[in-house]
Amino acid sequence: MEKVHTPGTEDTPQVILDKDGAIFDISGRSLPEDAAEFYEPIIAWIEQYQKQPNATTNFLFKLEYFNTASSKLILDVLSALEEVDGAKVVWYYHEDDEDMEEAGQEFSELVDVPFEFKTY
Amino acid sequence: MKYIYDLHKTMLRQSLILVYEGEFNQEVTKSVLAMAERNMDSFGEDGSIKRKVFNVMVESLQNICKHAESFDVETYGKNNAIFMIGKHEDEYIITSGNAMPNIRVPDISEKLERINGLDKDGLKELYKSIIKTTEISTKGGAGLGFVDMARKSGQKLRFDFEPIDENLTFFSLKATISRSGKGGE
Repeated sequence: MEKVHTPGTEDTPQVILDKDGAIFDISGRSLPEDAAEFYEPIIAWIEQYQKQPNATTNFLFKLEYFNTASSKLILDVLSALEEVDGAKVVWYYHEDDEDMEEAGQEFSELVDVPFEFKTY
Repeated sequence: MKYIYDLHKTMLRQSLILVYEGEFNQEVTKSVLAMAERNMDSFGEDGSIKRKVFNVMVESLQNICKHAESFDVETYGKNNAIFMIGKHEDEYIITSGNAMPNIRVPDISEKLERINGLDKDGLKELYKSIIKTTEISTKGGAGLGFVDMARKSGQKLRFDFEPIDENLTFFSLKATISRSGKGGE
């Protein structure tokens, strides 16, 4: 599958989707003007990947901040991951960022994908 | 020229660290955020307070970008509004003001009243119920902005509607973030 590597900007996160390298990573800040436009290609990629996924898929979220429009789209990304066999979400949050920890917990309650929580 | 001095005094009195008046778009949003961040960094504001302020600012600014209506597009531009941050000893106050069509007032007012009637857990449930069912609007919003602001603020959102003319109302919104690390309630 085609590798995706989008560098982060001041209002969009870095995105790496690499089946061969087994790296699936969304990290940084997410407050784009048009969150749907930003996240739709990611969701489409996962829907493609889901047809022939790796045995395990550790999907990393290491977000410093996301706006509410992004939160809806992140939920859509997580819903797409529900369909991927062997998928797990690794939710990173800064050790003193309770809000980001809570956000991860809320997402984990909304979708049927295992979550692992890690601090940085 | 006295208005300059008057404005200066008002800003000092309200402890305003940043005021932006004009047209709002994503570029302006990013600049305002960067200025506020630099300001908070300059006196070493606590990370978690900084994040909450940033969070409330983003939702407030993006609300304006999406919903502000100009009184007079030719004179004032498309998304003319005002945005301010006040920094006090014990709290930050983030305020915005923008015109909106009269017909939207009951809906906005009802939404805010509902949010203000909820405690921490109630807000969490409301957030989860909206995120599960919401679709991104044509304007790019998820309908979660006020709920999120209330959650991050930990205090009631203050708001006011001032009639402009037969079509428009001026909507003011104020969110407070405690600097002691504890929300209200």
